[in-house]
Amino acid sequence: MQLRIAIAALGLAGLVGTAQAQDADPHLARNLAATCANCHGTNGNAQKGMASLAGESAEKIMKKLADFRSGDAPATIMHQIVKGYTEEQLALISEWFAAQK
Amino acid sequence: MINRRDFIKAIGIAAGGTTLTGLSGLANAAGSTAKGHIVVVGGGFGGATVAKYLRMWSQGSVDVTLIERNTRFVSCPISNLVIGGLQQMDDITVSYDNLRENWGVKVITDEVTALDPDKRMVTTARHGTLGYDRVVLSPGIDFIPGAVAGLDGNEELVPHAWKAGPQTALLRKQLEDMPDGGVFALTIPRAPYRCPPGPYERACLVANYLRDTKPKSKVLVLDANDEIQSKKGLFTKAFESYGALLEYVPGSKLEGVDAASRKARLEFDEIKADVLNVIPPMRAGNIAAQAGLPLINERWVDVEWLSMEAKGVPGVHVIGDAIFPAPTMPKSGHMANQHGKLVAAAILNLLEGKAPNAAPVLMNTCYSFVDDKNVIHVASVHQYNAEKQQPLPVEGAGGVSAAANELEGKFAMGWARNIWADMLA
Ligand code: HEC
Repeated sequence: MQLRIAIAALGLAGLVGTAQAQDADPHLARNLAATCANCHGTNGNAQKGMASLAGESAEKIMKKLADFRSGDAPATIMHQIVKGYTEEQLALISEWFAAQK
Repeated sequence: MINRRDFIKAIGIAAGGTTLTGLSGLANAAGSTAKGHIVVVGGGFGGATVAKYLRMWSQGSVDVTLIERNTRFVSCPISNLVIGGLQQMDDITVSYDNLRENWGVKVITDEVTALDPDKRMVTTARHGTLGYDRVVLSPGIDFIPGAVAGLDGNEELVPHAWKAGPQTALLRKQLEDMPDGGVFALTIPRAPYRCPPGPYERACLVANYLRDTKPKSKVLVLDANDEIQSKKGLFTKAFESYGALLEYVPGSKLEGVDAASRKARLEFDEIKADVLNVIPPMRAGNIAAQAGLPLINERWVDVEWLSMEAKGVPGVHVIGDAIFPAPTMPKSGHMANQHGKLVAAAILNLLEGKAPNAAPVLMNTCYSFVDDKNVIHVASVHQYNAEKQQPLPVEGAGGVSAAANELEGKFAMGWARNIWADMLA
């Protein structure tokens, strides 16, 4: 699975399969992604002035988020937001947005 | 497949006279069998979000009735730009039609006069009584009667403009009519109040307008708190940029007003203003106390965080500004929207007999304009802590803008368009 590769590539494989994941809510990814929708639009379909995330590849989103975290990508706010989520949560979110139309 | 009546019996809420009336005739356009009827009280940032997300996430299988007293949504965020003359009322007003047409929400323009948690019924002023399986209260805030002597009933003379709508237009009008050399006094109540940075943004945008049009005037910010409550460093800089036009006076507790002469009586001082904008002390919207919900400090509803049900009152969920907040969680439109999604997910699980999501995350952002172009933000992320049974801010995450900047002026308007659409489109 591509996402797993992306996670492994980022050296985060160890995070997958934590206790939280085992009894996770079946809608966890959907719920987490909805916390981004205030700015990036319902299901990642943004209105003017913010980037859409729907249908972007999970790898691309994860890479962008990693760059925000490291400071490699310039940001006004995403560097602060990204640090509030675990890598596992961000992987779920990225995969969920990737699956949206 | 378990039908709804069996399901209700199975989880034991049929006792107490749970009513199923009001469900027939609410079946959604797709004709699917309803799994439940949710009544949402209040169509602001919290309530509109719950209504839409319940319908979207249930694929139309849950009936949703939204009861809202205003015919159109008027946004508090961005309303300071209307007061400052940078936007019009139309720019911050959104119809409820898309909730009806795109999502099949039944939107009723009315007022809830009573809530009976045992019978699971709400009574409205004009639409009689509605039964529900679960009710979500998103009533916002109401002002505490008698908290400021001489204020009650005088909100035309001494506007608050802390609920967007006619009050916003009224305050704008008073500011326009103020002569050059006049004093615009703004009073801020003790925290917690709705929208922590809002009063400071308003002070800046009034000063921004006066600087261009009536430069001999003055903005006097009378804060009952001992310091600026949000983005302190950034607002301090912004205030300095207005020089003598803006004076900030912390520790100024308002005791009373003389509405006719627009005088504000403070603990140690009396001030005569030309425009007197009092943001009164506030508490959860009146329905919370009327329904007998548990209040902390007699003001804010005490909730269970995973379902956002009022403590000890099953089936009654409360969100938005009305709740006693988790640590560092602001009373903001953005946060109310996040509560709305948490509660929509929790209710859909509960209707299926499942526990709510045990690991919810909420995040907040408040953008504030410090002049016509430059904006500052504060952001935070709150992860649920199972041990403390509430969301806690993630250390090292969130923060504020490095400095006021024009790029975030664009993002602030992008935020507004997106969150309005996330609730109402
Ligand atoms: C308060 C508004 C806000 C929220 C909430 C928000 N973002 Fe962003 N996002 C932005 C802004 C603004 C940018 C542009 C970069 C910057 O200035 O920080 C951005 C950029 C991005 C980008 C890069 C898009 C591109 O094409 O370059 C991604 C990916 C992203 N955000 C993902 C997320 C995810 C995932 C979440 C939820 C965990 C989220 N964002 C929540 C405002 C937000």
